[in-house]
Amino acid sequence: MTDESYAKSIELPTELQFRNLKTARSFAIDIGGSLAKLAYCSTVQRRTSLVLEEPGQTEDGSIYHVSEQNEVVSRLHFVKFETKFIEGCLDFIKEKLVGSKEFMKDKFIKVTGGGAYKYKDLITSKLGVQVDKEDEMECLIKGCNFLFKNIPDEVFIYQRHGSPEYKFQGVDHYVFPYLLVNIGSGVSLIKVESESKCQRIGGTSTGGGTFWGLGSILTGAKTFDELLELAERGDHRTVDMLVKDIYGGAYSNIGLPGDVIASSFGKAARSDTEPLFKKEDMARSLLLAISNDIGQIAYLQARLHGLKKIYFGGYFIRGHPITMNTITYAINFWSKGEIQPLFLRHEGYLGAIGAFFKGEEEDDIEKYSWEENFACSSGLPSPKSSKLVMGRQKSSMFDSLELDKLEKSLLPCPLLLDSNSYHPDTVDLTQDTLARLYWIQCFIDGVDKQKQQAIKSQATSTDVVERADQFKQRYIQRLEECRSNPCAYGSLTVRSILDMCNQCLNEFQFTDSYSQQKQCENEQALRYLESRLLMLDGLSWEDQQLELVTGMLTGNIFDWGAKEVVEMMEKEKFGFRQAQKKLQARPWLIDDFEKWKLRLSEGPIHRCAAIFCDNSGADIILGVFPMARELLRRGSKVIICANTRPTLNDVTYKELTILVKRVADLSSDISSALMEGRLMIMESGQGSPCLDLRLIDCDLVEKMNSEQVDLVILEGMGRAIHTNFYAAFSCEVLKVAVLKNKWLAQRLGGDMFSVIFKYEKPRKISVGDNGR
Amino acid sequence: MASLLNGDGGVIGDDEFYDHLSPRGSPKPPMPWFGMDIGGTLTKLVYFEPRDNVKDEAEEAESLKIIRKYLTGNTAYGKTGIRDVHLEISNQQIRDRTGSLHFIRFPTCSMMGFIDMAKSKNFSSLAKAICATGGGAFKFEQDFREHVDLILHKYDELDCLIKGIHYIYRNNHASECYYWKNCASPERCEKVPYDFRDPYPYLVVNIGSGVSILSVRGPNDYKRVSGTSLGGGTFLGLCCLLTGCETFEEAIELAADGDSTKVDKLVKDIYGGDYGKFRLRGDTVASSFGHMNNDERRKSASKHDLARATLVTITNNIGSIARMCAVTEKIERVVFVGNFLRVNTISMKLLSNAMEYWSNGTMKALFLEHEGYFGAMGCLMEYMTTRFIHDIPA
Repeated sequence: MTDESYAKSIELPTELQFRNLKTARSFAIDIGGSLAKLAYCSTVQRRTSLVLEEPGQTEDGSIYHVSEQNEVVSRLHFVKFETKFIEGCLDFIKEKLVGSKEFMKDKFIKVTGGGAYKYKDLITSKLGVQVDKEDEMECLIKGCNFLFKNIPDEVFIYQRHGSPEYKFQGVDHYVFPYLLVNIGSGVSLIKVESESKCQRIGGTSTGGGTFWGLGSILTGAKTFDELLELAERGDHRTVDMLVKDIYGGAYSNIGLPGDVIASSFGKAARSDTEPLFKKEDMARSLLLAISNDIGQIAYLQARLHGLKKIYFGGYFIRGHPITMNTITYAINFWSKGEIQPLFLRHEGYLGAIGAFFKGEEEDDIEKYSWEENFACSSGLPSPKSSKLVMGRQKSSMFDSLELDKLEKSLLPCPLLLDSNSYHPDTVDLTQDTLARLYWIQCFIDGVDKQKQQAIKSQATSTDVVERADQFKQRYIQRLEECRSNPCAYGSLTVRSILDMCNQCLNEFQFTDSYSQQKQCENEQALRYLESRLLMLDGLSWEDQQLELVTGMLTGNIFDWGAKEVVEMMEKEKFGFRQAQKKLQARPWLIDDFEKWKLRLSEGPIHRCAAIFCDNSGADIILGVFPMARELLRRGSKVIICANTRPTLNDVTYKELTILVKRVADLSSDISSALMEGRLMIMESGQGSPCLDLRLIDCDLVEKMNSEQVDLVILEGMGRAIHTNFYAAFSCEVLKVAVLKNKWLAQRLGGDMFSVIFKYEKPRKISVGDNGR
Repeated sequence: MASLLNGDGGVIGDDEFYDHLSPRGSPKPPMPWFGMDIGGTLTKLVYFEPRDNVKDEAEEAESLKIIRKYLTGNTAYGKTGIRDVHLEISNQQIRDRTGSLHFIRFPTCSMMGFIDMAKSKNFSSLAKAICATGGGAFKFEQDFREHVDLILHKYDELDCLIKGIHYIYRNNHASECYYWKNCASPERCEKVPYDFRDPYPYLVVNIGSGVSILSVRGPNDYKRVSGTSLGGGTFLGLCCLLTGCETFEEAIELAADGDSTKVDKLVKDIYGGDYGKFRLRGDTVASSFGHMNNDERRKSASKHDLARATLVTITNNIGSIARMCAVTEKIERVVFVGNFLRVNTISMKLLSNAMEYWSNGTMKALFLEHEGYFGAMGCLMEYMTTRFIHDIPA
């Protein structure tokens, strides 16, 4: 998967390209004229921590038992390779599959794309499977809809001279209707009105095949990518007749600038002189002519059908900057800037994705969400970094996309003011260069610590060091890739880097490096809970409110994700009281405590609060639970939402379900609330230290709706600062965090351990409200 | 709306408009009378030759006679200039003179030769200025001034185009406008005159080197709605590169004997037959030049096939864009003009067929005999009404 492995000839495919083939089931393949895309679903063995409740309080005080066990998860693989290697690839698949012919007997493979006819027999004879042909367009659309729903940064606008060049569009929850322009050999324009309703409203025969065919006669280039490479170097102005060639300047009467092409190849028609045209120039002229033409036709059709969103896909585009730039120019030119053409990060895989799901139960799309695995997928090539990578070399490499199946389906949080304009991330590192450089370096610097922690967590495993090294190598490689090409994996944010780190850890079987640490801290904190609750009960109402908030803040200091804090925790005996002393004195950097207190004393009792909690130990037990108890005592219901999957020392849902019982043993309020269902423990659907409210657990969404949650509490840097800092909610929200990163604290105008305590009233959508 | 405001203004306007060449009260411009449209590839000239024996003809300037003799005495000028004799319109009355309109063209790249000719015929003794339209009016302005001491008065090419269409149709209405009947079947296909006396609204698709598409809703009411760079220049340019031919005529001749299905990939080449789901017939072109990335196919395609495929590709693309514009503008009559259509019945039939097929017969492709000369004609009309250049030099 490293670049070195790409650079080798791929005529003999290896397991580096077709990963986990041994456990593969159900295949689909999209065979295009130049590129083929194989899709299959494999099962990945993954280590996971199992948290088992100890029957009673044991002598050493342990409340639960952590062990590691193997878990099997489904993973979708998509591999792209040149169609000419298809035979070798089929041989490789056959060889790797257990029992080969026997194994494949009675199985089918979904095949789509222009090559479905041509290679049907080859596939049957090689693999001995039944070939089911699937309609190309249906597959494309299915693929599109799937990506729109599952991959947050799938769609982008391309701005060749912009910074960044890719502007990602987030998640669009109102996908339909849209126009899909699929540029294969020819061009089809499809109006998609719903998951099941689509119509081809037009097309043109001047597409990728025209570029390739005409281009090979004109230039002698052998491959599509060779042509693109020529075009990249060429200058169309020697071949095309521009407006200024006719006018001497602009045609200002109708607003045509001099550089506009008046007649493609117009200069080649002059018979009195016989200039020899350069191959490069002709290739470029051709690329521009076809891209412009498609852009114009797409715009005209979109206007005829009243469609505002135009997505471009198909092999002609393949992320090529000149192509995307020309199409963007054409659409902007004709629509006078009203329509922005949209491109897809994984456009090459649309057909394969669709074909694969044609072979699956409908449920698989509806019931589950899939997550892009950054550790195993190829990033977008950078248009700026290297022309070579864009050209032949790149596409002769294998390119892959892997998606992990999540256990449940994820939906947008119903309490967001406007889920369409919501962006979880506070800082877009693709735009903010300073921040990007800082954070990438910061994460690179932290790799060794993580590696050590990973080794420590599986000390008895024989290959632990080797795996930890592999983790480090992969993670650093991804970080370096993002440093040079920030758009490689969608928008680059602190959240996406943390996710990437998690996925790299998981890939090498480090699922829960902090499990012992968390257990130890939980147990320790539980010992203090009783006295903490007693102390709180002895305070006046006002003092109590302040102490509850301070308690949450203090607990939040115990974070193994913050390197400054880790050093402190490692060096000295660092207890709750020591931590409390570190907190910034009031007034805090953002200090809405008085507003909050006033709200509590004067406003109505909250119906239900949803608390998104952060760290294990002091944070959850001494910070969050006392706050929850207070809310419960007031008569509100409380949902504590914890991560579904482990990350750092964040408390997980499974751990929390055990912890809450121990807490209940110590607090009758918690105990009765739990029994009466007024205190609910739920999983957030997340596995990140950050919080992307576009994709949370479907049951939590349902509960938020049925309980009519009117207060959201976001706790910790990841959930309240790196993400959601500007998020607008339709209910009340508390954003509570301690700044445990000096650089960030200074950027926000504070210092280490500055406090953010932000209380916001419900927002209403008003004209001109951009969600901030 | 317009008729409410103007009452019968439409009709009055029309009359005024058509009398453009004989406006009351304006001084008569000096001879020679012609309009010039300098396009990207071709320059088009419309020349008015007085045929009446006016008494002062004897006094006609010597140089004027020379020019007249030169232009009307030949049908070819130099290597590349051509007079389209079949388009000549005789017995035209302009101002107080009666005569013929001649239609002449030469490649714009020979413009310097034309300027030399004008110089040798002592043109500047007749007029200080001449009228020109098209992009070349701007581009060659300086050359005219420096070499022949002539000021170029520049007119917008689209204004001239529309005026020219209206004038020529009015003066040649019996045979100017036509369409292709039964264009789907080659044996039964025939050219049929079309009554275009009540033209509005209509769409003009002017196919020169590039393509401009205009919607016209009244004599002075038009707008450019679209255009494409894939036009006649692209056809000829690509044909030159692909076949080594040198002229448009050659390219068209090659195309006439070619088979584009040897070059293009059809729907059935991909799907084995019709693409039922989207109602695409198997013989529909799926990908123009789609076969040409294959070495063997490339070797077996002849020059004729390549020329034909180029012609079909460019024509279909124009037809498709024109049709979408017509639908958007809610216009049913589409008039195709421009020199791309000269000696090019293949394209005309393709366009006719495409318009009819895709619109279920509601849309009509119309053609005009004077194909590429409307801009030059419009320019001549501008010359006749321009006051400030009429002074004959001392």
